[in-house]
Amino acid sequence: MTSSLDDTAFAPWKKADAVPLIRFEGVTKRYGDFTAIDNIDLNIYEREFFALLGPSGCGKTTLMRMLAGFEDASEGAITIAGQNMKGVPPNRRAVNMMFQSYALFPHLTVYDNIAFGLKRSDMPKSEIAGRVEEMLRLVQLGKFARRKPHQISGGQRQRVALARALAKGPKLLLLDEPLGALDKKLRQQTQFELMDIQEKTGTTFVIVTHDQEEAMTVASRIAVMDHGRLVQVDTPDRIYEAPNSVYVADFVGDIDIIRGHVAAVDGDIAEIVWAEGKPPLRGTAAPGLSAGGPGALAIRPEKITISKDDPGAVHNKVRGKVEDIAYLGSMSTYVVLLPDGVRLKCQMANVRRISRRGIAWEDDVWLSWTDTAGIVLPE
Amino acid sequence: MKRLSWFNIVALTLGFAFLYIPMLILIVYSFNASKLVTVWAGFSTRWYGELLRNEAFLDAAWVTLRVGVFSSTIATVLGTMAAFVMVRAGRFYGRTLFSGMIYAPLVMPEVITGLSLLLLFIAVGLERGVITIVLAHATFSMCYVSVVVSSRLATFDESLEQAALDLGCTPWDAFKSVTLPIIAPAVIAGWLLAFTLSLDDLVIASFTAGPSATTLPIKIFSSVRLGVSPEINALSTIIIGIVTVGVISASLISKRAIVRQRQDEQAAVG
Repeated sequence: MTSSLDDTAFAPWKKADAVPLIRFEGVTKRYGDFTAIDNIDLNIYEREFFALLGPSGCGKTTLMRMLAGFEDASEGAITIAGQNMKGVPPNRRAVNMMFQSYALFPHLTVYDNIAFGLKRSDMPKSEIAGRVEEMLRLVQLGKFARRKPHQISGGQRQRVALARALAKGPKLLLLDEPLGALDKKLRQQTQFELMDIQEKTGTTFVIVTHDQEEAMTVASRIAVMDHGRLVQVDTPDRIYEAPNSVYVADFVGDIDIIRGHVAAVDGDIAEIVWAEGKPPLRGTAAPGLSAGGPGALAIRPEKITISKDDPGAVHNKVRGKVEDIAYLGSMSTYVVLLPDGVRLKCQMANVRRISRRGIAWEDDVWLSWTDTAGIVLPE
Repeated sequence: MKRLSWFNIVALTLGFAFLYIPMLILIVYSFNASKLVTVWAGFSTRWYGELLRNEAFLDAAWVTLRVGVFSSTIATVLGTMAAFVMVRAGRFYGRTLFSGMIYAPLVMPEVITGLSLLLLFIAVGLERGVITIVLAHATFSMCYVSVVVSSRLATFDESLEQAALDLGCTPWDAFKSVTLPIIAPAVIAGWLLAFTLSLDDLVIASFTAGPSATTLPIKIFSSVRLGVSPEINALSTIIIGIVTVGVISASLISKRAIVRQRQDEQAAVG
């Protein structure tokens, strides 16, 4: 499998001599009997936009709060820019955080909120006003400088929180579910603004989110977490196309899972037996997969082709009955029930007008996909 | 709007009459020209003038004012600290006992509080006077402050404090420049409550006051025992006036703040 990133692209994690900005070494965090973070090793590099992704309670927020200095690791070491951060309080770290609730100071104006951190830094008084103006321009809030937080809209508050966190020019900016309170349209727009601002300022961003679409959009790399462990750390395209476990495949995006038994592994291709008397299905073998154990074929719905006629000489083809059709405008999702009770989702782009397509409810159809479209994962 | 039935009107009238007729009588008689409290002899402000020339009353008023300011300030500092521990310290061993002990003075009979304080002051050999009254008042009004402040702190978003730390504040600076300004209304309300309690108090003050210092309530109480004089009526009228102005202006200020905030929020949404 080849990565879509070539050598000139931004990918410091691939360079052997690159020095990471943040280094987690065997970090564990316990609260009494509960282990929130379980022996994590992780490197994050300068200028990265790094996403911590996982369901609530997976430990992603705890990991971020350890970077901010609100929690100390029970075991292991966290270094930022070469300095061991053990016992360093939040106010002594070149790290700023944007809080989920924004945590804007209600008694101060937008201007004073942004200036708050600068007044407590060693920046000369004469330069503070200029810096605040600069931040207000960056987030396009110049007109609102004299307003109090409750006098501006939710989207504007989010931008004030961002400007305040960036004002001191931190090495590292932490964003805790920064877009959670915004509606969908505004959220998408703000994602691109965030990426733009990250590029302009050259700051390293670490974002915590449970929204996989958001992580895919903004991040250079994503760490998928579950129960205090890192399940996979990779670029968004690799997370999507080459998940290393059923958990990751299932968490990120829509996916069809066909469970069975790994019958053979031949180089890159693995075969999985999934139903009695049916020919085995083929897929790309996950690294380290060996024949003989239980496995699952994971395939994205958009990689499956649906047709009324037999697709001919392909290995991966199954017959079934259309159970449901969801028309989403740009595409349609077909839910096909196979005779064995397995349900598969298939997505087709609606390149033609709806009247010209000939698949309806209860139709017998063929589903087919290529040998490398799916991935066979150990279970 | 729903119209009031005659039953409601009667109930309302009787209720308010019960509450305010005694005070109205007192106010009316404070303008009585006669020296006899029960006989009306025409309108006069004579007793207000007499009051201003009465050194004993003025001294007692001055003592009361000083005791009120000092004791409520001490109570506010201590009560706020206690409230922080109650709300922020989470679960610690003996928390229930600690919170019970903070709130116990609320229900403790004043006579017992006063008596125990008196015994303490005698035991440590502290001369009774302004200082002992201040200490006694701070002790019993502290729990009221802590109740008021801890109810505000319970809804305080802690991420505000964390944001301040994150932006470079020391914990003390974060408290001073973020937490305190935000909870200030509750702290001020607590101070006013403590101040009012101190102005009011007769029982505890009479246990802890000495010959060198008498508060206004003690003075009024002891002179009434010798017979109600029109001067007392005048003094009480002044106190009622001050309290009324205070209560009305406080409620106006807070109401206006709420209305303004609501308008601002609507402007932000629109």
